[in-house]
Amino acid sequence: MAVENNQNLFSALIQLGDDALILSQRLCEWSGHAPTLELDISLSNLALDLVGQATLLLNYAGEVEGTGRNGDTLAYRRDHNEFRNCLIVEQPNGDFGQTVLRHFFYSAYALPMYQGLAKSTDEHLAAIAEKAIKELRYHFEYSSGWVIRLGDGTEESRTRMLKALDWLWRFIDDMFVEDAAWSDLVDANVVPSRKGLREEFDATVLDVLSRAGLELPAQVWPITGGREGRHSEHLSLLLAEMQVLSRAHPEAAW
Amino acid sequence: MVGSASTDLAVKEAQLRAVLAGVPDPEIPVLSIVDLGIVREVSDDCVALTPTYSGCPATHVIELATREALDRAGFENVSIKIVLSPAWSTSMISEAGHKKLREYGISPPVDRPGPAECPRCSSQRTQEVSRFGSTPCKALWRCGDCQEPFDHFKCH
Repeated sequence: MAVENNQNLFSALIQLGDDALILSQRLCEWSGHAPTLELDISLSNLALDLVGQATLLLNYAGEVEGTGRNGDTLAYRRDHNEFRNCLIVEQPNGDFGQTVLRHFFYSAYALPMYQGLAKSTDEHLAAIAEKAIKELRYHFEYSSGWVIRLGDGTEESRTRMLKALDWLWRFIDDMFVEDAAWSDLVDANVVPSRKGLREEFDATVLDVLSRAGLELPAQVWPITGGREGRHSEHLSLLLAEMQVLSRAHPEAAW
Repeated sequence: MVGSASTDLAVKEAQLRAVLAGVPDPEIPVLSIVDLGIVREVSDDCVALTPTYSGCPATHVIELATREALDRAGFENVSIKIVLSPAWSTSMISEAGHKKLREYGISPPVDRPGPAECPRCSSQRTQEVSRFGSTPCKALWRCGDCQEPFDHFKCH
């Protein structure tokens, strides 16, 4: 039973850690390229929070697994089909509007998720979440502020936001997919139910998009599979860049 | 005898705290890690530190610097552990820390709503320029009276 619990916990930690890690890596691509210096710094700061959360979660996943892997080996020595992040975080940045809309969707999902995790019966996970909430609240304010400003901005910014919305909308359901391991942990009060978070998420999204003057896109066929390791080719390219040094020099230290 | 053992312990803890008070925060060196409020616990054989932000790159540097300072003072046997809960908040920065920040030109965190106070002229006619500043813990503000830009330690 304990072993089974550990496998479930490992699987949940990998999902949470991979979300943070991959989104962080995406945001890093903006370093030196953002529209203004302030935005450049802000996106790097968001990335820094996320890589910090990913480090804590993946190190803990390694401990729970107990085979000697740690955050670094989990980040640098796994292939794309072993990653369990949701698909939205691996989507290319697009323009700044698409990046902040993606971030808005992620933080609208992650904030209530981590608020739930902070009440986990697993004390270490609860402690990681308690720290992350304070950071994610900032991410939510930042990204929702920009979604409203750009959606309710110029004709050009509105057109771009609608285009971004149209693309990203199909990845929303994937964030909320709950596998059997996750559901078992819900029953044990280790993690909150993803399905249970959906209502709050929908209300938040509706509120912010209406303040941004953006209409919800027409129904699209949702794309899922991230939690099972079925990813878009974008993830492989992202990993190729993220892992190149570690793969070329496996035991490098400095 | 018991009394003297506990006195020894108190002396050792005081010595440890003095060593820790000499370890600067690498990003705001005017503050010690004690001023910053990240020293969670000092006991006979262990010092517990807590990170400010999950991804703060200074955390590793602080741990190294603390290790060095303890070793230098002859406390090689005192270990360092990192604790996460309860999460650090800016309300844990000491009063002395607030004063040092102001003198250094950084507006200290305030837990009341409203503008940051200009560290140069104390004006509250100030404006946020960017929520993200030179380090994860600071925002960029500008004073409407003396016109100087300044860093504001974010309430967190």
